[in-house]
Amino acid sequence: MTKQYLFAGFGGQGILFAGKLLAYKCLMDDLNVSWLPSYGPEMRGGTASCGVVMSDNQIATPIVLHPDVLIAMNLPSLDKYESEVQSGGVIYVDSSLIERKVNRKDVTVYYIPATLLAAQNGLDGLANMIIMGQILKNEGAINDESVEKALQKCISQRHKDLLKFNRDAIILGSEY
Amino acid sequence: MVIFDKPKALLDVPLHYCPGCTHGIIHRIIAEVIDELNIEGKTIGIAPVGCSVMAYDYFSCDMIEAAHGRAPAVATGVKRSDPENIVFTYQGDGDLASIGTAEIVHAAARNENITVVFVNNAIYGMTGGQMAPTSLIGQVTQTSPYGRDPKLCGFPVKICEMLAPLEGPEYLERVAVNSVVNVKKAKKAIKKAFENQLNNKGFSLVEVISSCPTNWGMTPEKALEWIDTNMIPYYPLGVYKDRSANAEVQHD
Amino acid sequence: MSEKVLMKGNEAIAEAAIIAGCRHYFGYPITPQTEIAAYMAKRMPKIGGTFLQAESEIAAINMVYGASAAGMRVMTSSSSPGISLKSEGISYIAGADLPAVIVNAQRGGPGLGGIQPSQSDYFQATRGGGHGDYHMIVLTPASVQEMAELTVKAFDLADKYRMPVMILADGTIGQMMEPVSFDFKLNEPPAKPWATNGTKMQREHNIINSLYLKPLDLEVENMKRFERYEIVKQNEPMYEEYMTDDADIILAAFGIAARVCKNAIKKARKEGIKVGLIRPITVWPFPNEPFEKAVKTCKAIISVELSMGQLIEDVRLATGGKVPVTLCNRVGGMIPEPEEILEEIHRVANGG
Repeated sequence: MTKQYLFAGFGGQGILFAGKLLAYKCLMDDLNVSWLPSYGPEMRGGTASCGVVMSDNQIATPIVLHPDVLIAMNLPSLDKYESEVQSGGVIYVDSSLIERKVNRKDVTVYYIPATLLAAQNGLDGLANMIIMGQILKNEGAINDESVEKALQKCISQRHKDLLKFNRDAIILGSEY
Repeated sequence: MVIFDKPKALLDVPLHYCPGCTHGIIHRIIAEVIDELNIEGKTIGIAPVGCSVMAYDYFSCDMIEAAHGRAPAVATGVKRSDPENIVFTYQGDGDLASIGTAEIVHAAARNENITVVFVNNAIYGMTGGQMAPTSLIGQVTQTSPYGRDPKLCGFPVKICEMLAPLEGPEYLERVAVNSVVNVKKAKKAIKKAFENQLNNKGFSLVEVISSCPTNWGMTPEKALEWIDTNMIPYYPLGVYKDRSANAEVQHD
Repeated sequence: MSEKVLMKGNEAIAEAAIIAGCRHYFGYPITPQTEIAAYMAKRMPKIGGTFLQAESEIAAINMVYGASAAGMRVMTSSSSPGISLKSEGISYIAGADLPAVIVNAQRGGPGLGGIQPSQSDYFQATRGGGHGDYHMIVLTPASVQEMAELTVKAFDLADKYRMPVMILADGTIGQMMEPVSFDFKLNEPPAKPWATNGTKMQREHNIINSLYLKPLDLEVENMKRFERYEIVKQNEPMYEEYMTDDADIILAAFGIAARVCKNAIKKARKEGIKVGLIRPITVWPFPNEPFEKAVKTCKAIISVELSMGQLIEDVRLATGGKVPVTLCNRVGGMIPEPEEILEEIHRVANGG
């Protein structure tokens, strides 16, 4: 089985980090995985995106054009990628930043006011992890040991104090 | 009794330089210094593109031929491979002061622990006498047939003066080889430039005002005089920087 | 480091180079390969190596020339415009028979071009780039694992044949992360009696040089070098074949293009069209053999590339006009979608 995720939003929202966490979780689960970011000047405050492909098979292209799962953390990203999502796919929307609803009727949509939740809970900047918590819950993976292992891998020793906040954000997202 | 002998660091092969050219003197000075410091076995020389391109055939230490202007970068690669080795570049004015300005400036800025012998004879010799970055105002060459016009092609580049304000370099001196007295001073400077490297002091460059009778269109004797009358007034001899001696900058 | 780690392709190159014994890296910043320099800057001082940011690409390749002359395993990396600047030095390295590893994480061109992935430096890499008769061995990784493996191989090949080896990657492979294992079998670098690292007064002086003013001498040097290239051509071509056994249509592609091709092949096979892939891993020497074999059974070949048609020339040379070869390409930083390749497959399957 192959599954393609596309994370998209503003630079600074932790788009690449969210993708990286998922990629590490796949690695910990012994799956094949690729993580491909948009790169260049757009990363500095412009739009950022990254595609993650997971598979129990060899991964052909790492380029995600038609994701099974879209994580849209701002309006331009939803506008740009909504139509690209596979029929029967899933869209996660940060509803505190995106006011409109998803137009597609053939996909499952989760609206999570992630940025607002983060602000209310002293977890500024961790809307990405709140949505990640929701994804993990929906995929039945929230209690996987590999989530914690992936967090340990993604957060460097120097920023160890951030581990707890990321964990809290994931839990908060899973309970929403 | 031996009255005259070649330094050991020079191989016993005929040099290709024109009669009256002072490259031979400068080669000999370097070779004497290598002998006196007993460093031949750990010295690597970098030859340039220009008249001294075949210097690699003349010195008995290991030699590398570099692309035009790139000798300081090549020297950097060699020196960083084994800092115990003694690395020198031998570069002309076209090589160092025109196409290789970036390399020399940044080797100096990094205080790269190498020795640079910069031969300035104000002309491109190997290609047959074209205007060099150091050709004097009014100097007639193949590519400045009406004399170097600063309105058209700017002013001659003074390398020692240009590098001196940099924090990096350890030692910069300009010498000449047109008289016995000057040759002795040149040897002292070049020896110091090698000693600096041995003592890990850093980047040392000796600019040697040299003659090119063939392309200047003069007899060798006249060419040596022309250094005194035309070159040295524009390129004053002396120490431009000597950090460890903390010496005042001296000009003759 | 035998356990798998998640790493960017560019970082995998840097780590693999260090594992292969490279302790000297000289480079200059340019997107999209800067991770290599950053990685080296971090690691080299801790393992007694040298990382030096040169004043230019030109200086960097000449520092490589110097360190290689001194007998070191040495590397530089850049992206397309920077490789143009390095081409002078690469020609000198080839002319002086020095080993060196050069990475090109290609971006769109010509000129300043763009920063998105491209394969349009194929001619530059395989046909020269610099002046004179010379070749580099050119390796084209298609995964992060291959970025690592081929880097180690590049150092071995460079030393074995005393010639520059280029890793011809692209922005995608450099920027993407995949699991990678650094569990390699390592070979000892050969002795380098030719190196200019000081005579120690125990041998004649060594000269590293590419200048031969006597035409006959230069001819002899060139002939000798090309005899060596013949051995490389015999021994070193590498390629992957994917579903070629029964294929009517064969795709030819390397690097990221080959990855996309595999998606297109899966789609085509679902429709009952028998498609396969030949993926050259070395593009110099070019793997002629699988193409010579393929033309006996397949009906057409499609060259899929991120250039205006460069790989296709080698495919045509290898197939000798025995089957039609068509081009499916995107350029400027664009990457063909599997559907676009599928469209070309349909066109060719329907008789073109």
